[in-house]
Amino acid sequence: MGVFLSRRSNAHGRRRLMIGGGIVTALAVGAAAVFSSWSSGTEPESKGTPATLRLLTQEQYLNSLSYIFSPDVRPVTNFAAVPRIDGLLVSGTSMAGITATQLEIYQKTATTVAAMIVDERSRRYLVPCEPKSTSEPDAECAREFISQVTPLLYRGPVPAERLEALVTGANEAAASLNDFYQGLSVAIEGMLVSPSVLLVTEKTEDDPDHPGELRLDAWSLATRLSLFLWNAGPDAELLQAASSGELLTRKGLQREVDRMLASPRLETGVRALFDDMFAFESFVTLAKDSLIYPSFSGETAVDAREQTLRTVVDHLITRRQDYRDLFTTRKTFMSPALAPAYKVAASGPGWMPYEFPDDSPRAGLLTHISFLALHSHPGRSSATMRGKALREVLLCQNVPSPPPNVDFSKVQNPDEGMKTARERVGFHLEEPACAGCHRITDPMGLTMEAFDGAGDFRHSENGVDIDTTGSLDGVEFTDAVGLSSALRNNPQLPWCMVRRAFAYGTGTASAANDRRVLEFLSARFAADGYVVPDLLREIALSRAFQKVYLPSERQTHPLPDLTTVKLMSNDAPASATH
Amino acid sequence: MNIKDLNRRRVLRGMLNGTAVAVGLPLLDCLLNDNATAMADGRPMPVRFGTWFWGLGATNNIFVPQKTGTNYDIPEQFAPLTRVREHVNLITNLTAFRDGEPNLCHYSGWVIGRTGSAPKSGATRPGETLDITIANQIGRTTRFRTLTAAATGDFRNTVSYEGANTPNPPEISPVSFYGRLFGLGFQDPNASTYTPDPKTVARRSVLSGVMDEIKTLEKSVGYADRQRLDQYLTGLRHLEHQFDQQLVKPEPIASCKAPAAIGDEPAMGSEVEMVKKRHRLLTDLMAMAVACDQTRVFNMSYSNAQANTTKAGYEKPHHTTTHEEPIHGKLGYQPNCAWFAHRAIEEWAYFVEAFSNIKEGSGTLLDNVLIYANTDHGDARIHSLDKMVAFTAGRAGGRVKTGLHVDAGATGVSRLGYTMIRTMGVDTPGWGTKSNRTSSDLGEILA
Repeated sequence: MGVFLSRRSNAHGRRRLMIGGGIVTALAVGAAAVFSSWSSGTEPESKGTPATLRLLTQEQYLNSLSYIFSPDVRPVTNFAAVPRIDGLLVSGTSMAGITATQLEIYQKTATTVAAMIVDERSRRYLVPCEPKSTSEPDAECAREFISQVTPLLYRGPVPAERLEALVTGANEAAASLNDFYQGLSVAIEGMLVSPSVLLVTEKTEDDPDHPGELRLDAWSLATRLSLFLWNAGPDAELLQAASSGELLTRKGLQREVDRMLASPRLETGVRALFDDMFAFESFVTLAKDSLIYPSFSGETAVDAREQTLRTVVDHLITRRQDYRDLFTTRKTFMSPALAPAYKVAASGPGWMPYEFPDDSPRAGLLTHISFLALHSHPGRSSATMRGKALREVLLCQNVPSPPPNVDFSKVQNPDEGMKTARERVGFHLEEPACAGCHRITDPMGLTMEAFDGAGDFRHSENGVDIDTTGSLDGVEFTDAVGLSSALRNNPQLPWCMVRRAFAYGTGTASAANDRRVLEFLSARFAADGYVVPDLLREIALSRAFQKVYLPSERQTHPLPDLTTVKLMSNDAPASATH
Repeated sequence: MNIKDLNRRRVLRGMLNGTAVAVGLPLLDCLLNDNATAMADGRPMPVRFGTWFWGLGATNNIFVPQKTGTNYDIPEQFAPLTRVREHVNLITNLTAFRDGEPNLCHYSGWVIGRTGSAPKSGATRPGETLDITIANQIGRTTRFRTLTAAATGDFRNTVSYEGANTPNPPEISPVSFYGRLFGLGFQDPNASTYTPDPKTVARRSVLSGVMDEIKTLEKSVGYADRQRLDQYLTGLRHLEHQFDQQLVKPEPIASCKAPAAIGDEPAMGSEVEMVKKRHRLLTDLMAMAVACDQTRVFNMSYSNAQANTTKAGYEKPHHTTTHEEPIHGKLGYQPNCAWFAHRAIEEWAYFVEAFSNIKEGSGTLLDNVLIYANTDHGDARIHSLDKMVAFTAGRAGGRVKTGLHVDAGATGVSRLGYTMIRTMGVDTPGWGTKSNRTSSDLGEILA
């Protein structure tokens, strides 16, 4: 290993030593809980999950680069959108196609990254050796650099001939450009447009412990684990565990999973999980009408997303609290840009811990500006959008789309005298075709009408007091705090977390996963006190996580016409009930 | 070295084995890309194809003229198009046939209009859209096979699909669109000197090793994923093609004038004025990209299906307005909906004009372009798939007549798509599936 990697791994080692003790204690407590109540519980047999070919997401790519090279190597880029499948973008990466435009984006980003690495200011610490002359090829130094970074970029060993081809590429380019570093940058660009880097191709092997069954090979398992827990490729230590075969032993796997859970990179991973699950990518396009909500700026939107993610990390990772309490906790964080939107005083120049007072109408994530503003129109709130998001995002339920043949003239609002949302959506309940679905979304959506489209608390709308009574699956309440509490106690809430976390970790669609395995994990989650890091650990250590099957070879035969609708064999409906 | 061993790569290598050099004209013939000579020998400019999209249709009772043919009346909402009337055809009374599939609101309509097939569910993505079918015919030689942009501010809004799971990502930022078109990698065809970047030669040669990696990966994946690896390979070949083009002196194009860089990124909101500003910036860049022969196929979306465009100070976005605004007793339509539709029509006029403002040969760029514009519904208030309106613009090098209002008589919207495909030289006996399948083009607009 070269200069910079060994330096980095030293730093990493120190950090691990410092926090190791605390984590071990916490795990011991978790383990005790598991074994006392679930010592007889064993994971049900399942066929595992499909081995997939996934697109590395933009964040996974950027995180990997910053871990492999330096946090400064973080180019501005915009990868193409992937479809959201069963509530997760990650599930969409295993079916999303690749366009020429996307390759162009990869190539442009590669050029930027390569220039950052060989830049005169950074090459000293990012390239582990100095060439004999900067104006000539230096095969030895090029090889040292390339052989050091390729396993990390390719997430596994790179065949010697491919490595030599990259070295040759660097040499030839250096010779023609009379510049060692420019030559090296061409080779870096080559690595960074490689399908082995940008696509996660899961490889399988026979499972010697279970004849006739397949498992992920060690490198693919390492990658699945690190994308799951860190939202980045494996580090050198994890690759080493894959290389030695230890990762495929129970003990080795546990050791690595525990190490990953104790790593500071876990925070990045957990943020990514919730950012995906909460569909926070929509914040990129969130804007409010500046005449109706003059105080809601672009900064408000950015900080609203950050507030919720900070709360998630603090509650779930730092304090290892019950997942369900995330929806009732009054503890959060406040920034100077966000404080005016909440009508509270900012207490610091940056982010500061903040707790809503006991008499505050706000408690839990549902009452954060992030949720309220994201699921509203630009110029007004929406009881239906909020109710639908609560059902679909947090409870993994499916709210059907409006019937297309409905006569909307019956539900439109011809009466200008209607002041509140309750009156407006009340129309839906009189029309049987609408009522079926609106009864699913509106009773809790109307409670959230206590907050306007920008997430600001209000008592009245158009001069009329807002009636915030409502119900969720039979539990009645009078305000948003009551709704939060009902949500917190809804059994679907932790079940949905398990479904999403498992799909996210395996890159599969929630609807395709084995229900018995999910029920088993769900029972463990309950027994562990709904502690999310413990759930992630259970998933990572489960048999279903590494046991795989090959996707069926269903072919689609194009019709003779020019256009055919082709569906991949692993296609699944965009949302699913259970 | 024998003279017959002289090829482009070898010459450039020799030439570039040192510092960059300015290469004087003329270049050796072997340095010219076979396909880049299209305009060198005096042949007419190629015919290009584009699409334009807007959501939620028009307000038909103040938009659709009473009369057909060339001397049609100008209803109120059509008025913004008066200035480009001679360049466009208005096609009204089109139907998208569902064929027993559900009416997927704001989806079935435009998907049928661009693929000729009714989708089975919202999760069924469109499959290959007609711009791609046409690009496969005419788009292989240019720097970009297609260009797609959206003024919606949302990078997920696209109307161009390579296949079911392969949407073409749209450009939403004028600043980055400018960079992609006229920044690094753009070769001004009218530059007096030509300086190939020696690094491009090196980049190109590294790429072949990358392609070899695909072969290794292909062994370990199933059928569906092999197709995705093929897409990746196609993308790499496209990069290779772009590098090749950069190593060739482009032919001069009189109408190509690289625009000035865009300084500040416009705001990304969905408010009409913001959308309009982005739409115009993106449109100007797109038109010039076409004039500079950077692409021969292009797509632009003004708003998304189920348009979320907003009006400052008005609480309902366009889509919500279609369902919640009462029909005005005296006017007979929804006034705010009409206001939104009016804004879209104005932008369509701007789009057409952008192409007619660029001189090309003895006429304008628009003369050599064919643009197809469609929407998602006939009457958005009730999600109807009949009485849909659509446009074409441009004369496609003389293949298409303009200035007409055609009443399609409730026939399929796929007829228009079929007409586009045929006009652009795709030789196919029919287009679409089931009821939407058609072999009948819209003869009224063909020259």
